[in-house]
Amino acid sequence: MKRVPRFIAATLAASALLLSACDGDNDATRPAGDQASAEADGETGGSRKGDFGPPQGDPINAVLTSPPHVPPPVNRNHPAKVVVELDVVEKVMPISEGVDYTFWTFGGTVPGSFIRVRQGDTVEFHLRNMPDSKMPHNIDLHGVTGPGGGASSSFTAPGHKTQFTFKALNAGLYVYHCATAPVGMHVANGMYGLILVEPPEGLPPVDKEYYVMQGDFYTTGKYREKGLQPFDMEKAIDENPTYVLFNGSEGAITGDKALTTSVGENVRLYVGNGGPNLVSSFHVIGEIFDKVWYEGGTHFQENVQTTLIPAGGAAMMEFHMEVPGSYVLVDHSLFRAFNKGALGILKADGPENKEIYSGLEVDEVYIGDRAQANMEAVAVAAEAASTGDLTVDQQVKAGEALFMGTCSTCHQANGQGMAGVFPPLANSDYIANDPTSVPRVTLHGLQGKITVNGTEYNSIMPPMAQLTDDEVANISTFVLNSWGNPGGRVTKAEVAEIRKNKPENASEGH
Amino acid sequence: MLPKATDPGLRAAAALLAAVVSTAAVAADKGYAELPGGSFRSTLAYEDISADLRVRPFAMMKRPVTNGEFLAFVQANPQWRRDRVPTVMAEPRYLSHWDGPTELGEASAGQPVVQVSWFAASAYCEAQGARLPTWTEWEYAAAADETRRDARKDPVWRERILAWYSRPSNAALPRAGLQTPNVYGVQDLHGLVWEWTDDFSSLLVDADNRNQGDPDNARFCGAGALSMDDRDNYAVLMRVAMLSSLGAEDTTGNLGFRCVKDLP
Repeated sequence: MKRVPRFIAATLAASALLLSACDGDNDATRPAGDQASAEADGETGGSRKGDFGPPQGDPINAVLTSPPHVPPPVNRNHPAKVVVELDVVEKVMPISEGVDYTFWTFGGTVPGSFIRVRQGDTVEFHLRNMPDSKMPHNIDLHGVTGPGGGASSSFTAPGHKTQFTFKALNAGLYVYHCATAPVGMHVANGMYGLILVEPPEGLPPVDKEYYVMQGDFYTTGKYREKGLQPFDMEKAIDENPTYVLFNGSEGAITGDKALTTSVGENVRLYVGNGGPNLVSSFHVIGEIFDKVWYEGGTHFQENVQTTLIPAGGAAMMEFHMEVPGSYVLVDHSLFRAFNKGALGILKADGPENKEIYSGLEVDEVYIGDRAQANMEAVAVAAEAASTGDLTVDQQVKAGEALFMGTCSTCHQANGQGMAGVFPPLANSDYIANDPTSVPRVTLHGLQGKITVNGTEYNSIMPPMAQLTDDEVANISTFVLNSWGNPGGRVTKAEVAEIRKNKPENASEGH
Repeated sequence: MLPKATDPGLRAAAALLAAVVSTAAVAADKGYAELPGGSFRSTLAYEDISADLRVRPFAMMKRPVTNGEFLAFVQANPQWRRDRVPTVMAEPRYLSHWDGPTELGEASAGQPVVQVSWFAASAYCEAQGARLPTWTEWEYAAAADETRRDARKDPVWRERILAWYSRPSNAALPRAGLQTPNVYGVQDLHGLVWEWTDDFSSLLVDADNRNQGDPDNARFCGAGALSMDDRDNYAVLMRVAMLSSLGAEDTTGNLGFRCVKDLP
C-alpha cells in the first residue's frame, strides 16, 4: 500500500516537468542528468522519451474497430506514419428497448471506433463530418500533446473534412471526445472513444481483449419511457442522468451480445468513461482483477476489486478465468447498474472447477433461538378492559402496537406524516383544537381541505371502520398521549357513540 | 414447550377461537371479495407474452387465513398437525409458533397464520373448495389501493407499501383485517405478511438478481424467462425474490396465504 502514494508523487513530478518540456524542448536540449534520474526511478521518461525519430516505411492505415472489439496488437519495432480516418455520424439508435435517441458518434457507434497505435508513431488524423450532420464537430484526443489535443485543428462543419498530425509521445490508454460547444452536450450524446498508445515493447499478450465505455445519458422522458427521447439539458446540468450505460445502449453487452471467453483464458478489458458527469466505480461481479493499469497509465496495481474511472479517463484490467459462468460488469454505484442500465455480461464457458468454486453446497433449515414477539400489550389491555380496570398507560401501549400495524403506513411511525400528502399527527394543532377528531376521523375517514400546522392538505383518509371500538379507543389514546399532543383518553363507549354518528366530511367506505 | 391447560391465556385464546370458528362457518362466502378481472399489465416481463395478461373474474379472501382458522383446519384434518405431517411437505418450523400441535398458546387466533408450507396452504384452500391465487391474480388484486384499481404509478402509494419492507419483522404481527380494505374490499395484501401463490415455483428469478440483464435462458427454457419490466416497483421485486427463494416445504415467520375461487 505504501508504494501507491509514491507512485502518484512521482507521476505528479513527472507531469510538472512535462509541462515545461512541452514548449519546444527536445532531446538535444534536455540536460542529460534528467534522463538518468528518470530511469533510476523506474520511470518511462514520459513524453521526453517518447520520440523515437521520424516514421519509417510506408504509411499504414489504422485498423479501427467498433465496440466491444479491439484492433489487433501493433506488433511493430519501429515508429511509423499511421493514417486514421474517422467519420462523424449523427444518427438515431436505440438507447433501450423501444426507446430511441439521437446519438452523435465517431464512426457510427457509441463509444466511437477504437484506435490503436504505437508510442512514437506519427498519426495523420482525418476527421470527416457527414453532409447530413446538423452540427459542426471536432476531436480532442487525450493522447495528443498540443493545445486542445487536436480540437483547435479539427473543427469540422457538416460536409467538411479536416486533417492534422501528431506524434504519440506518451504510452497509455486515452479518451478522445468532441470538444465543440456545448462540450457537455456533445459528450452526453455519445461523442467519445478510446485510443491506445502501446509502449514500444507492446502489452503482454492475452487471449481476449474487449472495449467497454461508460457514459451517462439525459432524456426528457423517464427511464425506459418509449419513443424518441430528446436530450434534457436541465437534467444534464443537475447531473441527474436517466441512463448510465456501457457502450451506449441498454443491453449493448448482455444476452446474445455478451462478451465471451473461456476458462483458462486471460482477458484484458479496455474500459473508458466518457461521462460527461459521472465517475465510474467499475467492478466485475465474481472476478478479481489480477492487474489494473489504473488511469490507463504505465504502472499496474494487483488484486483489485473495484477501480475508479474518472470521467474523461480510462483503465486497463486483466484477469485469468478459472470458473465458467456469467460475470456481470457494473458501475458499483448500484442504482446506476440496476435502475439506469449500467450492466454488462462477460460469459465464460468451460469445465466447472469445484475446487475453486463449489456452487451451492448447503441449503437447509436454520432455526434461531430468538424468542417470539407477541402482541402482549394488546392482550393485556383486552384483559384489563374486560375486568374494568384498564389504565391510560395500558391503552397507550396497546394503541402503539395497533398504530404500527395500520396507521403508520401513511402517518409514519413517528407521527410526522408526509408533507403535503399525509398530515402529521405529531404536535398537531388540528388535534389540539379538537381531540375528539382522532377517534372520529379514524372511524369515518376524512375528505376535503384541512390545515394542519400551517400546511394545507386535500387528500382522502379512508374510514377505518374495520377496527373494533377497543382498537379505536386504544389507538386514539395513544395518539393523544404521544408526540406533544394534549393527552387525554378515549373510551370504548365513546367510540361506540362516535361510530353511530357519521359526520359531513366522512369519506367513502366499502 | 408443553401445552398448559391451566394457563388462563390459553383458555382465553380457546374461547376466542371458538368464536372465530363459529362466525367463519356462518360467513363462509362473506369472507371473499369478488374481483372482476380483465386486462392487466404485470410488473414482470414474461419473455413469451408481450401483451397484457387476461385475468378471469375470481373471488379472493378478504383477509389472509388466521391462526384460528388454520387451527380448525388442522383439527379437522389431523394429517396436517405439525407432529404428523410428512417432513417432505413441511419443514421442522411448520406451525412452530403454536404452543402445541393443536394449541395456539401465545399466538393469537386473529393473527394471520404463518410458518405454513405451500403444501399445507394448498391443502387448506382445497378443503374450502378453493385454491391458492396465481401470482398474476395476487399481483392484480394487490395493484389496487383504497380508491383505485391500479395505484402502482402513484409514488406516494409505492412509498406507503415500501414502508412495510423497510421495517424489521421482529415485532408481533397485528391481527388480520386491521387495515383498510382496498377498492375491491380486500385487506392486508400489503403491510402484513408475504403470501404464497399457487405458481410460486415458476417465478424463476435468478438467485443473483444482478443478472437481470442476462437471464440464463438455458435454465428458464421451460417457463419463459422473467425479468422485471418496472424496476422502480421494488415491492413486487421483493415479493418475487422472496417467493422464488423458497421450496414448497419451507415456512417462514412472516409468510402466510389466502385462497381464491373461480367465478363463473
